Amino acid sequence: MATPDVVLDPARAPAREPEPSVTAREQRIFVASQWQLMWWRFRRHRVAVASAIVVAGFYLVVLGADFLAYADPNASEAQRSLMPPQRVYWFDGWRFSPHVHGFKGARDPQTFKRVYVADPTQKVRLRFFAEGFEYYFLGLIPTNRHLIGVDPGLDAAKTIFLLGTDVQGRDLWSRLMFATRISLTIGLLGVAVSLVLGVILGGISGFYGGMADTVIQRVIEILRSIPTIPLWMGLAAALPREWSVLQVYFAITVIISLLGWTELARVVRGRFLAMREEDFVVSARLVGCSQMRTIFVHMVPSFMSHIIAATTLALPAMIISETALSFLGLGLRPPAISWGVLLQQAQNVQTVAISPWLMLPAVPVILAVMAFNFLGDGLRDAADPYSR
Amino acid sequence: MLTYIGRRAVLALFTVWAISVLAFVIIQLPPGDYVTSYIAQMASMGSVVTDEEAQNLRIQYGLGQPMYVQYLKWMRQIVQGNFGMSMEWQRPVTEVIGERLWLTVALSVAALILTWTLALPIGIYSAVRQYSVGDYLATFVGFIGLAVPNFLLALVILYLGFVLFNAHIGGLFSPEMQDAPWSAAKVWDLLTHLPIPALILGLAGTAQQIRIMRANLLDELRKPYVVTARSKGLSEARVIVKYPVRVALNPFASTIGYTLPYIVSGSIIVSLVLGLPTVGPLLLKALIAQDMFLAGTIVLLLGVMTVVGTLVSDILLVWIDPRIRLEET
Repeated sequence: MATPDVVLDPARAPAREPEPSVTAREQRIFVASQWQLMWWRFRRHRVAVASAIVVAGFYLVVLGADFLAYADPNASEAQRSLMPPQRVYWFDGWRFSPHVHGFKGARDPQTFKRVYVADPTQKVRLRFFAEGFEYYFLGLIPTNRHLIGVDPGLDAAKTIFLLGTDVQGRDLWSRLMFATRISLTIGLLGVAVSLVLGVILGGISGFYGGMADTVIQRVIEILRSIPTIPLWMGLAAALPREWSVLQVYFAITVIISLLGWTELARVVRGRFLAMREEDFVVSARLVGCSQMRTIFVHMVPSFMSHIIAATTLALPAMIISETALSFLGLGLRPPAISWGVLLQQAQNVQTVAISPWLMLPAVPVILAVMAFNFLGDGLRDAADPYSR
Repeated sequence: MLTYIGRRAVLALFTVWAISVLAFVIIQLPPGDYVTSYIAQMASMGSVVTDEEAQNLRIQYGLGQPMYVQYLKWMRQIVQGNFGMSMEWQRPVTEVIGERLWLTVALSVAALILTWTLALPIGIYSAVRQYSVGDYLATFVGFIGLAVPNFLLALVILYLGFVLFNAHIGGLFSPEMQDAPWSAAKVWDLLTHLPIPALILGLAGTAQQIRIMRANLLDELRKPYVVTARSKGLSEARVIVKYPVRVALNPFASTIGYTLPYIVSGSIIVSLVLGLPTVGPLLLKALIAQDMFLAGTIVLLLGVMTVVGTLVSDILLVWIDPRIRLEET
């Protein structure tokens, strides 16, 4: 999949703040470090800053998924299959007391569809830091506290389903939290693998040039002219059915990054080419630095920011790839939970028409893709603080 | 110019070869082969396949031989126009794929044409009327187009069609035309059904092209020759279309090579969601059943189709851009 590649302009819009005396301002710029200049440039890109906050929020969910979830994501219950999202009532009379209404399940005598009727007489209070299933917070601290929950010991009819339930009666909100963890880390891991491939191959291509460059560039051209989804489908379908969730997880990561490194390699190569003849690189070579030292001590730090930007821009494609593969049933498979796995339930129009909330996992996908794109754009603009 | 096209053609041949190897390797990767899954399928229906029968099946399909022998056999047959038998359908692969391939081509080309016809005027408008309401609107729709994966878009449109109009939007033909023989009426039916899937497929590409066109044209519009043209008294439309748009078109055209694989890729998954009779649903089924000749042929044909499309676009690019022509000769 081609990485959506967009140039944003807001950073180039003239700054509106009243300018302090020019000399003082210039002085500040003259003594600022490179990273400081980048930060100033990045800060002017409002959308990118907002996106950075959204991305940070997403990764907080990744870290605290089990704290934010209030139900075991795999606990199924036929009695509450396909429950619609519950409405939260924030006030009881004038008192702040968030609660939801209990429900009664029944069968529609005509269609035999299960319908749920809210029962306003039953008020299920929401408790903060309530007790629920046991887990290790951040993988370290054993606890059973969750951000929200209900009083323990209530019967099954008195629980909360903020976003409804799926066919098997599993709570969608809690599943979404865990899916976010899987989907975002798989993107991150995939990018990491692509980055290693991209930096090594792009580096060889740009630093040595000649024959190696030609071969690598042709390979990239070939890879980029192949439609990726059929290839991914083929590779993913080849994974043995009996593999564990973890094995499939890593295999999918590798499959996605095998074709995803080309753009990163292109950026790295471009940087190496631009820098090879720079004075400081030539002088490093002339004073007798080893090749390794020239590359890693002198060259890499000066295009680190470009690599970070390119990596951020590569993430959305990774996330979409995983979601698409899992959606087709070729990527992660239940009991693994990812955005794609959740969306698999929404494959059928009839199901979606009756239970539209099953499409909700599309929202974080779109939000994450947008946030990473804007953030990447902002970082790319900031990566070159000396350019105008 | 000829050397350039020649070099492109050689690269295209290499790409086709690489795709054929990849396609073949992928299909060989799953543990077990068609016979294993055939035995499992038979067992689930209650019948037993004896070892002897299994052995015969393996010999019949040449499954026991070394990998490269199987590959060469496969390639030799393909060169002769024989794509082998689909093991699951018990019919020649060409027959199973049949018109599905042409429908895939039709869908991809429609998406590509739509991408261009939308992106070009909108991109020009966005640049000429920078920061206008229309520009912001185009930018906004563009970002939505980029951020929403096309299969999700298909799902949402399908859902909206179902809820708002109570109509099933999927499919490339009306029910009564489904099995009808090809006629002018059927072609018309296809043409009326193509725009929605083509739009879904092309939206991400369109968004990207609009941004590229806008950025290129903005760079050009600031150049002195535009002022000169204007001060000469040319009409505004002429000033813009005659010079800057022509220059801005070149980088715009060169991205077509990356747009096409993306569209073909997307057509597979969008077809699955919308239930379009393209090769997409067939590929998924073939992969799950390990029907190797069928799956291999589909991956190969899709790849070849993309490479040919890219080659054509490269040649077109040389034709419109004199700078490449001069450089390479």
